[in-house]
Amino acid sequence: MKPTAPALFHPRLHRFALVVMGATFLLLLAGALVTSTGSSLSVPDWPLSYGTLFPRMTGGVIFEHGHRLVAGTVSILTLILVVAVQRTESRRWVKVLAWSAMGAILLQALLGGLTVLFHLPTPVSVCHAGLAQIFFCLVTTLAVVTSPSWIQESPGRLAALDPSLPRFAAVTVAAIYVQVLLGALTRHSGAGLAMPDFPPAFLPAEWSPLVLIHFCHRVGALVVTLLVSLLLYRVTRAGAGETALTGPALTAGLLLWLQLFLGVMIIVTAKAVVPTSVHVITGAALLASTWATTLKCFQLFKPAPSGAGS
Amino acid sequence: MNWKKPLTVTLTSLLLLGAGCGKKSPASQLPPPTGVLGKGVISGKVTFKGAVPQAAKISMDADPACQAQHPNPVYDESLVVGPQGGLANVLVYVKEGAAVYAPPSTAVTLNQTACLYQPHVFGVQVNQPLEIFNQDPTLHNVHAVAVTNDGFNVGENQNDKTEQVFTQPEMPVKFKCDVHSWMNCYGGVFTHPFFRVTGKDGAYQITGLPAGDYTLVAWQEKYGFSAPQKVSLKDGGSASLNFSFGAP
Repeated sequence: MKPTAPALFHPRLHRFALVVMGATFLLLLAGALVTSTGSSLSVPDWPLSYGTLFPRMTGGVIFEHGHRLVAGTVSILTLILVVAVQRTESRRWVKVLAWSAMGAILLQALLGGLTVLFHLPTPVSVCHAGLAQIFFCLVTTLAVVTSPSWIQESPGRLAALDPSLPRFAAVTVAAIYVQVLLGALTRHSGAGLAMPDFPPAFLPAEWSPLVLIHFCHRVGALVVTLLVSLLLYRVTRAGAGETALTGPALTAGLLLWLQLFLGVMIIVTAKAVVPTSVHVITGAALLASTWATTLKCFQLFKPAPSGAGS
Repeated sequence: MNWKKPLTVTLTSLLLLGAGCGKKSPASQLPPPTGVLGKGVISGKVTFKGAVPQAAKISMDADPACQAQHPNPVYDESLVVGPQGGLANVLVYVKEGAAVYAPPSTAVTLNQTACLYQPHVFGVQVNQPLEIFNQDPTLHNVHAVAVTNDGFNVGENQNDKTEQVFTQPEMPVKFKCDVHSWMNCYGGVFTHPFFRVTGKDGAYQITGLPAGDYTLVAWQEKYGFSAPQKVSLKDGGSASLNFSFGAP
């Protein structure tokens, strides 16, 4: 078997991965604005817009076609990242990750087209929202694993301190993703104000499918709050001084409280555009920072098999 | 790595997802048109009771091409009350008692003028053409949010025209423009021609009814459906039915 060359730090590749990550965050904001402003169907055709590549930018078209333009830009950036990874990376799994990101953004474009052409069916819109988060996590992963703190790390260095931490982090990130999907379902099924009161009675007075969806999202917020708080506690205890680990974990902790505040503001403002859109991207940032924490937990706390590299 | 399997699974899932989204109207099960016009007339007035709420001012600053066409303020059309309490834009129609009538070949016209739908409320018969024009120097999408019928969403640039047909009766069908959030209107789809939209004075007159027992309903955008009212007509006879919305 051909031995794998040791991973090397490529500063330009890492910086470009960060750029793609930032651009993806902007894409998420652009997508959130489309739904929040009710502009999703303002451009009825796809892949062209009013039969052209660049329609008159007015009203809802600014948001919908703007989203398509940003998505196109991110797709091109992702392709460049894939090429750069193929040319510079020695780790095969990183190359597979890059191609997965490319596949995800192309699939995402198809889902975006489907949801427009079929007038926003909830399952397709939720899949579109869910895949957006997966794509964001994929490019976040590429940014993390091309960083010097990842490449120069010794895997399993802290395994003796808290060996079950990686599994707990994985459970936390899975719970956040389920909560993100519940949020997308709440948003795209029109359940955003199905429980219009805050502070709420814990159980709604009357049940309906929309109330149930909204209620599950609120319960999900409690579960995520508990899990992220516990994760933050365990990470800061077992990984004290490891800034590459505690940094994303502390960020997740801060984002959690911002996200809860924004959830309340959506109710208080009856789904005003700004809190609703920022709620979507804060959820994405919370997921990505917890995912980055989880990756680092696996690197530091999972006992490394003998002879394993980064 | 073998990419064929995941690729096949992904594409198949997408096709299934897409196929699941395609909503088709049920095949038309309407009886063949047998209705013959008579000479009966039902007329009346729809009024608003209670204090008239102040109509909200529409802001068109999202599109300068719209704003430029309105030197004077434009107000929300969801409740238009005349000086004598007459309620405009109410669709009064025969709900029960009418046979199925063949649709006229002439089209009903819906205009997008000065970034508003004109008329704001209209009726159309099943399988009667509905022509939708864009007379504005900007683009619009016409998005019909139908439940029984297939909805549609078409884009129109300036001077574009679209022709659509509804194959099932449905009341009401909302039309909206997602480019300009203030633009909406409503249509009713009927199997007969016995419907009218009230004018500014709230008056309506339905003509051409043959003798028979009829149930009429009025629909208003904000208040929904009125209580049904029954009436019997002799051949060539006339009847008066009034409706009211607002405070009970």
